[in-house]
Amino acid sequence: MLKLEGINKIFNEGTPDEKIALDNINLHLAPGDFVTVIGSNGAGKSTMMNMISGALTPDFGAVTIEGKEVTKLAEYKRSHFIGRVFQDPMAGTAPSMTIEENLAIAYSRNAKRGLRKGVSRGRRDFFRSSLEKLGLGLENRFNAKVGMLSGGERQALSLLMATFTKPAILLLDEHTAALDPSRAELITRLTKQLVEEGNLTTLMVTHNMQQAIDLGNRLIMMDKGQIILSIDETKKPTLTIPDLMSEFEKIRGEKMNSDRALLG
Amino acid sequence: MFAALFGSVEQGIIYAIMALGVYLTFRVLDFPDLTVDGSFVTGAATAATMIAMGYHPILATMMAIVAGFIAGCMTGLLHTKGKINPLLSGILMMIALYSINLRIMGLSAENAIVKPNIPLMNTETIFSQFQSFWSNLGVDDALTNFIKNTLGFQTAPQTWGTILVVLIITLIIKIIADWFLKTEVGLAIRATGDNKRMIRSFSANTDGLIVLGLGLSNALVAFSGALIAQYSKFADANMGIGMIVIGLASVIIGEAIFGTKTIFRTTLAVIAGAIIYRIIYAIALRIDWLDTSDMKLITAVIVILALVIPQMVDKRREKKRKEKRRLERLDQHRELTQGGNHLA
Repeated sequence: MLKLEGINKIFNEGTPDEKIALDNINLHLAPGDFVTVIGSNGAGKSTMMNMISGALTPDFGAVTIEGKEVTKLAEYKRSHFIGRVFQDPMAGTAPSMTIEENLAIAYSRNAKRGLRKGVSRGRRDFFRSSLEKLGLGLENRFNAKVGMLSGGERQALSLLMATFTKPAILLLDEHTAALDPSRAELITRLTKQLVEEGNLTTLMVTHNMQQAIDLGNRLIMMDKGQIILSIDETKKPTLTIPDLMSEFEKIRGEKMNSDRALLG
Repeated sequence: MFAALFGSVEQGIIYAIMALGVYLTFRVLDFPDLTVDGSFVTGAATAATMIAMGYHPILATMMAIVAGFIAGCMTGLLHTKGKINPLLSGILMMIALYSINLRIMGLSAENAIVKPNIPLMNTETIFSQFQSFWSNLGVDDALTNFIKNTLGFQTAPQTWGTILVVLIITLIIKIIADWFLKTEVGLAIRATGDNKRMIRSFSANTDGLIVLGLGLSNALVAFSGALIAQYSKFADANMGIGMIVIGLASVIIGEAIFGTKTIFRTTLAVIAGAIIYRIIYAIALRIDWLDTSDMKLITAVIVILALVIPQMVDKRREKKRKEKRRLERLDQHRELTQGGNHLA
């Protein structure tokens, strides 16, 4: 479904700030895989996500989605196959537009946009039933501007917008990190529900180790631009936080830098 | 006075088309597009030149719209492909258009390459053509009688045909704009102005949408220019100076008075704003110590006030709220310490 082969990326090459962001990344996701990605700051998690989404292009290496090479394909063309939720709850929705207009924009992801009405009656029914799944009562606030919603509500809406067209790949980039714990839990629950319902191939970056363990069928750990640990479906169900910590120490020969890698 | 105001309303309705174009860039796309000063004249010049050369006024007006569309697209390309800052892209295009407009008008003369203006005194225009149909209906006479005899005004407008035509045209444009902004492409353009990152992640080409939005906006501006040239029976290379500020003033006045709750309401507000601006203009001209040339200053002041006053109001409110909270805290504190005194 998704294949990264030999991806390399260096930022600020040839300057004193030179930084190897990704160092020979190889990753393969089978259809229906839900891979969680952990790692400390600067490990290259977000850079990897941006390589997949097309926001950045690799110095060399290849990105393949559904058997099609997309390495050089522009971000907006690639997003036909990719649903994305950002860390910032403000990033995934258009604040001055209504809930149904936002949904209509997301709905047009797969098709070429034309002069059809964005919100038609048929679509509105579909939007309503989709919103009901969130259980937040947003289906009764169709014409509310999204800017009026709380961060949690906006993130739930972003999640729905990213998933309800059944993209080939779903990218979640620390999408619960900016929310308070109860809202983060709600979004985590919705993520699980929506990914399972759509059987979506998902890559989720998180700082929260517990979340990384609870969600998904596979887990990878990144450090200094490399994937240093990959836990497959057979071992993932029994994985614990101490396991991860000791694995890290074994590989790197140093204590895990847990400044932002939350344990809870 | 009535006749003068009547003329202002007629003009205001025509300028409203330009204001809708400015609304499309400034508000919807969040792109401060200064091309307007040039593309307004491009519309006027194209229409006037073609009419002077003997083409049908409707064809001439349509070509003016196309010319404006192209000008807007060029600004969009400068910004998206040339990576030039939005304001500078518009300014560059505006300056370039000044020369182009002189060249366009030059086409109407056999012995000149460039021409600073074209009179349309004795040629057919959209308005004169409609007038010849309209005057046969006898509506004007009836209304003039009504105004003079029944309402008791001294003067009555010469004709109601012009206002009817411009009103119909502007309302059609408004209806199309309302519809367009709700289509899939329209929603994507609005989202481009609202959150570029978001709309890119939903497979929309923001560069293409910006170019399209600027093209449509300047097409409207040029349309307005073409109608103004035919209304006032001349096109002039300098008629576009300050047009962007007038457009902005219209948008701001309209939004402030009528609100922006829905697209339908906002476009209506913009049209009303353009008309109100023209009425203010007409009244200002009647004040003895003001000169026509002061109007640009007045327009600038209107826009500055409209931009600054809301900020000041917000700041004042914020200050009041903080002061109120401080006093509440002080009261609480006093109560607590008084409790202590009582005990002692």
